[in-house]
Amino acid sequence: MSALRTPFFWGLLVLLGGVGLLPILNGSDSMREDIFLVLMLVILASSINIIMGYTGYVSFGHIVFFGLGGYVAFYLMLNHQVHFVPAAVVGGIVSSLIAFLLGIPVLRLRGAYFALATIGINEVVRSFVTNFDPFGGATGMFFNYEVYNGYGGSKNALWYAYYAILVVALLCAVSSLLIKKSRFGLGLLAIREDQDAAQVLGIDPARSKVLVYTISAFFPGLAGAIFFFKNGIIEPGPAFDLLRSIEALVMVMLGGYGTVAGPIVGAAVYEQLRAFLITNSTFSSFHLFVAGFLLLLIVLFVTAGLVGWLRQRAPRLRRYLE
Amino acid sequence: MNIDALSASIVDGLMIGFIYGLAAMGLTLIFGVMRVVNLAHGPVIAVGMFAVLLLAQNLGLNPYLGLVIVMLLGLATGIGMYFIAVHRVIDAPELTTLLATFSVNLMIIGIGTVLFSTSPRALDVSLGSVRTGAVTILGTKLVADLIAVIATVGLYYFLYRTRAGKSVRAVANNRAAAELMGINSTWILALSFGIGIALAMGSGSLLATLFSFTILSGTVYEVKSFVIVVLGGLGNPVGALLGGIVIGLLEGLATISPLPVGWVPVIEFGVFVIILLVRPTGLFGAR
Amino acid sequence: MILQVQNVSKRFGGLRALENISFEVREGEIFGVIGPNGAGKTTLFNVINGVYPPQEGQIFFRGQNITGLPPYRIARAGIARTHQIMRPLGELTVRENVTVGACFGRESLSLGAAATVADEVLTFVGLGGKAGVLASKLNAAEKKRLELARALAARPSLLLLDEVLAGLNPNEVADMLAAIRSIRDNGVTIVMIEHLMHAVMQLSDRVFVLDHGAQVSEGTPQVISVHPKVVEAYLGDPKLAQRLLEGLE
Ligand SMILES: Nc1ncnc2c1ncn2[C@@H]1O[C@H](COP(=O)(O)OP(=O)(O)O)[C@@H](O)[C@H]1O
Ligand SMILES: [Mg+2]
Repeated sequence: MSALRTPFFWGLLVLLGGVGLLPILNGSDSMREDIFLVLMLVILASSINIIMGYTGYVSFGHIVFFGLGGYVAFYLMLNHQVHFVPAAVVGGIVSSLIAFLLGIPVLRLRGAYFALATIGINEVVRSFVTNFDPFGGATGMFFNYEVYNGYGGSKNALWYAYYAILVVALLCAVSSLLIKKSRFGLGLLAIREDQDAAQVLGIDPARSKVLVYTISAFFPGLAGAIFFFKNGIIEPGPAFDLLRSIEALVMVMLGGYGTVAGPIVGAAVYEQLRAFLITNSTFSSFHLFVAGFLLLLIVLFVTAGLVGWLRQRAPRLRRYLE
Repeated sequence: MNIDALSASIVDGLMIGFIYGLAAMGLTLIFGVMRVVNLAHGPVIAVGMFAVLLLAQNLGLNPYLGLVIVMLLGLATGIGMYFIAVHRVIDAPELTTLLATFSVNLMIIGIGTVLFSTSPRALDVSLGSVRTGAVTILGTKLVADLIAVIATVGLYYFLYRTRAGKSVRAVANNRAAAELMGINSTWILALSFGIGIALAMGSGSLLATLFSFTILSGTVYEVKSFVIVVLGGLGNPVGALLGGIVIGLLEGLATISPLPVGWVPVIEFGVFVIILLVRPTGLFGAR
Repeated sequence: MILQVQNVSKRFGGLRALENISFEVREGEIFGVIGPNGAGKTTLFNVINGVYPPQEGQIFFRGQNITGLPPYRIARAGIARTHQIMRPLGELTVRENVTVGACFGRESLSLGAAATVADEVLTFVGLGGKAGVLASKLNAAEKKRLELARALAARPSLLLLDEVLAGLNPNEVADMLAAIRSIRDNGVTIVMIEHLMHAVMQLSDRVFVLDHGAQVSEGTPQVISVHPKVVEAYLGDPKLAQRLLEGLE
């Protein structure tokens, strides 16, 4: 746990926590909504980075765990009047459990085959939920406003959701750091570089991969639960939106694959950029094109991402920037 | 269930299956030659749809003549796309090429939405229909299938009978060895990418003669193509045609089965994942 | 006996890469394996350390049957190896590469303890100055030493070396030979595949000869270098054999 004594750890806590406190301090609803979204994206991107950046397995359909966590928690809140905190925890655990069970066969696939399989899994689950009546089928489920009465009204509930997402984002970022700086994390990096060589060095790849996949599914499960609690409605399309998954991958690449800070920076920058493009009159109709163009530039020329690039350029920064 | 409905749905499924197969063929060719999963596949199909529409509307070109031009355009576009977006990262890890092609996807959709909005378009073609018993076959479908078969045969002729095609196979097999034999692998990769894109755009044009479409329509076929390509074995063009027929038949039969239509994608994607797990070389794969 | 290989066969399709191979390695010795290219030497290592299970035969490490165990179990039991075609973990630093070996090897060290071992081993192989460099940035000779360092960091009781001298210049060869001797003097048993005849003959206590997957001969360097089949099939030149033998004493 020596990672907890590094300047980077404290910097991370202060920055992320500080930004998270801003809307609480000034009580602004719109700022709260903006930062909620960024924190949620931080969770998605960091979780994907834990499996993809550390282990080299491109989980294209990672959004499936966001949707699953969301659905399970929503179902519990709606039909069994479970409080949203335990419901979210159950959502996270179910996501992890499913990742564990799926991971055992799917993580044997390598490269593009794994990436395609994760897309397939997301589509199976999405089309299954669309037909699954207990979850409301194609129309999904929605809350009556009474549900929010348990939280002191819908306005308060929004604040609860915000505190929850802040806590989960901090947990996720710290876990990402702890994993990377642990013995387990070193094993993952070895698997990413050369799975067969790692195995000859004494690492059990199957076990490590399944474990890390299980962890990486937990946080999106929580995030989904919180997001749809706040939303008051859950439908298959938005819950299992492959595009959001891909956007999260883009954030990881933008910030820096395999670094702790990268996905956080990537999520923040991407969201700012997207908001700018959509609201800017010159770019608004071309925002997808501009986003694609920027992505291509990053992929072709700054493969290491912003944080990775900084680390390469200024090796002395490495102590402060994981 | 009556026999008429059964035969009608089988014929229907079979007919659309050929076109699904053609749509997937470009994807599988590109993967087979350079291990790149082209995430711009869907938008490229949509570009094929709009290209044939524009040629028909503005130049009054017959759609089937337009198809030839669209495929030539596709070849050029694909070669350009390869050099701009893929060549630099061809040896990088999968994620990089996935994102590179996905960035092209975003750009095409971005421009396409501005140019064409997302309201549905349709190409006005009619070739009458053929009737045998209870089964009615649209002439456009028949012609589209014929073209799909010709394209497949043509692709095989190219791959097995021409010098360039043999080079493509050599590069697919082992790029380093092909280079030692004096093959310019860069051009072969670009050419293969071009052919893959030409096939995708061509299938888009054919689909445009059958259904109405928007700039986002390609996505449906892209996802279907993934399933088909895995069914037929990643990298195997004839497998793609067979996989397309399987999926077409499955969809055709689903319309008359007691199973609600909504469950079809569950089965399709379930099969997709299971095949990846137990038989990643595909149902019709060699090994 | 630290290692016993009994009637091991391994085929790739129709190709017989190893055919009914048997030998034993004693605790504390250097055991040389020689044979022309494609003889099956690397395959022998792959079978011993679990990369492929053999189709027939059994392998015992310190009396325990390790046949068919996965490579990581064999590594943890105390067998480490180097690769003929180097496999550095490219985007990790040299120190991290070696730390992996120490963390997951025989002693399963914690990260902190492993880093200490890594620094010791890096100094030993002469890569101390490169600890912070990415492994992909090393040159071929340095990558060879990294392979050795990673294997040593596991603190193995049996070390399999696959052509660690290939491509080194005479000075580097002399350094490496000294290093190998000192590893053995520290109590590690060594099986080494080598092409440089004079090196194998100088260093090995016993030599094992493979050709086309078959066992040709086994014995002390003195016996091997005059073995008619070896001289004819492998060394080719009887005069060379004579010189090698003279070089021994
Ligand atoms: N994974 C494999 N698949 C197929 N053939 C292999 C494989 N590994 C080695 N071989 C073949 O086995 C034979 C022995 O190879 P190898 O053990 O590498 O020889 P050496 O190390 O003695 O030069 C060679 O003919 C080689 O081509
Ligand atoms: Mg060898």
